[in-house]
Amino acid sequence: MERRVKISYVINFLGVLAVFLLFVLLFESRVFGAATQYIKGICTTACYTIIMVASLNLVVGCMGEFSLGHAGFVSVGAYASAIVSGALTGKGLPDLALFLIALLAGGIAAGITGVMVGIPALRLRGDYLAIVTVAFAEIIRVCFCNFSITGGGKTMSGILKLSDFYWCYWVMAACVAVMYLYIRSKFGRTVKAIREDYIAAAAAGINVTYYKVLTFTVAAFFAGVGGGVYAHYMTAMIPTNFNFMYSAELLSEVIIGGIGSLTGSIIGAAFLSSLPEMMRQFSQYRMLAYSVVLIIVMIFKPGGIFGSWEFSLTRLLRRAEKKEHEKAEGGVKPWKQL
Amino acid sequence: MLEVKNLAVSYGAVKAIHGVSLEVHDGEVVSLIGANGAGKTTILRTISGLKKADDGEIRFDGTDLRKMDPSKIITLKLAHVPEGRHIFPQMTVEENLEMGAFTDRKDMEANMEEVFGRFGRLKERKKQLAGTLSGGEQQMLAVGRALMAKPKMILMDEPSMGLSPLLVKEIFSIIKEVNRKGITVLLVEQNAKMALSISSRAYVMETGKITISGNAGELLRDDRVKKAYLGQ
Repeated sequence: MERRVKISYVINFLGVLAVFLLFVLLFESRVFGAATQYIKGICTTACYTIIMVASLNLVVGCMGEFSLGHAGFVSVGAYASAIVSGALTGKGLPDLALFLIALLAGGIAAGITGVMVGIPALRLRGDYLAIVTVAFAEIIRVCFCNFSITGGGKTMSGILKLSDFYWCYWVMAACVAVMYLYIRSKFGRTVKAIREDYIAAAAAGINVTYYKVLTFTVAAFFAGVGGGVYAHYMTAMIPTNFNFMYSAELLSEVIIGGIGSLTGSIIGAAFLSSLPEMMRQFSQYRMLAYSVVLIIVMIFKPGGIFGSWEFSLTRLLRRAEKKEHEKAEGGVKPWKQL
Repeated sequence: MLEVKNLAVSYGAVKAIHGVSLEVHDGEVVSLIGANGAGKTTILRTISGLKKADDGEIRFDGTDLRKMDPSKIITLKLAHVPEGRHIFPQMTVEENLEMGAFTDRKDMEANMEEVFGRFGRLKERKKQLAGTLSGGEQQMLAVGRALMAKPKMILMDEPSMGLSPLLVKEIFSIIKEVNRKGITVLLVEQNAKMALSISSRAYVMETGKITISGNAGELLRDDRVKKAYLGQ
């Protein structure tokens, strides 16, 4: 068992590495010519959107609660990391270290906000919780509009451009891996049990509030990391970027991809964040297109495109191996014997 | 083992329980019977900490339960099988049982084997989602999950609810078997006849009060009980 788990880690790492090398190959060989830089930018956008959407999926999919205020945590992460990287520039740190420290700071700041929001808000469930999270996100936005350190409602600009696609890819991979392990761990299973049946979970001895706040905090942390990547990619931002529409956009990406499926979040976020870039001339209809897609998905596949299904490289390989096996010894089998 | 004294519980302004006292001794099966809305479920929920009492005393092996969180109470080895088969429908049978061992994970594998030994049907359906089980199987799973906590005492809330007569019999024989292994049971039931037939003692509740109590065999012959709950 232990050995199998280790092997699966190695296989999955190799899979992630292979995808990375594919991107490097595409970009370095200049297949896209002059557009390379532009496409790299879109891929970076996809990376941070994936982190944000996957983290929201922890709340929506794993915990089964609707949060409509995820943009609030993203903005906390974005501003905190921008402030930290701004304060640390010129201290002789290499860029990568600066980037990682800024992201960590963004994540921690968002995580702390998550605890502060989670403790009072998670006493509520369902619609009420959704409303309260909207309110909190608005509070955070209004605060940023008034703090002088965040530019006081004006654009905060001059943030270092640290979000290089190659780095962002690994940050994204690490975030998704940690979230996946969280869902698969004892914690994730406990939170699922709470989602399934609140009373039975309490009767089984689960401290319901603790696990809910913990999950909410983990989700907020990763939203903050995503926000950090965002800030260092955009290099300028304004609190109104993180309004209710942004939360709604993240939530619709979770739902379209599949509630409870990180695979769905990754593909949904990657697709939906790069789609508007590809169709720039129609960009004002983006939210309209989202709504239409959302309605169609809700009618034909209420659980999202991927439902709660997860892609598994090890499972795929095992299946392929089995098939090979059958081919190898099954040549004489069914009708040739007759 | 369990001692409840002058318990009073209310939902908002509505008083549900007025001064109930009862006790359960080591190794007994005690049932709490009564009509809908008498407050039976409320008593169980208050004992396991899911509901807070207004007044009174609840002691389990001498420990005061009133100020304790439900997640702490179960560590005292007092398990609760809630009313209406509260299982985790989107989790597998195995995962459901694992959640039962949440507070005490050592010996989990051995306990699970024991539960599977007792409920063969669950073993067959180990990897199946619990929501796809039949009503009786779900009830068995709920009982199995409570057993995973290695309890000294189980509070069972209407285990026969919504089950066919045959399954009701099976559930009751499981309760008897659980008791024979040394686990004390406090049973809440509407099915008074069945409950009394496996209990040593019983309490009859009416609108938040205990009206009759005594030996189960005597209660089966008691005219008031016969008239009100046994349909004779």
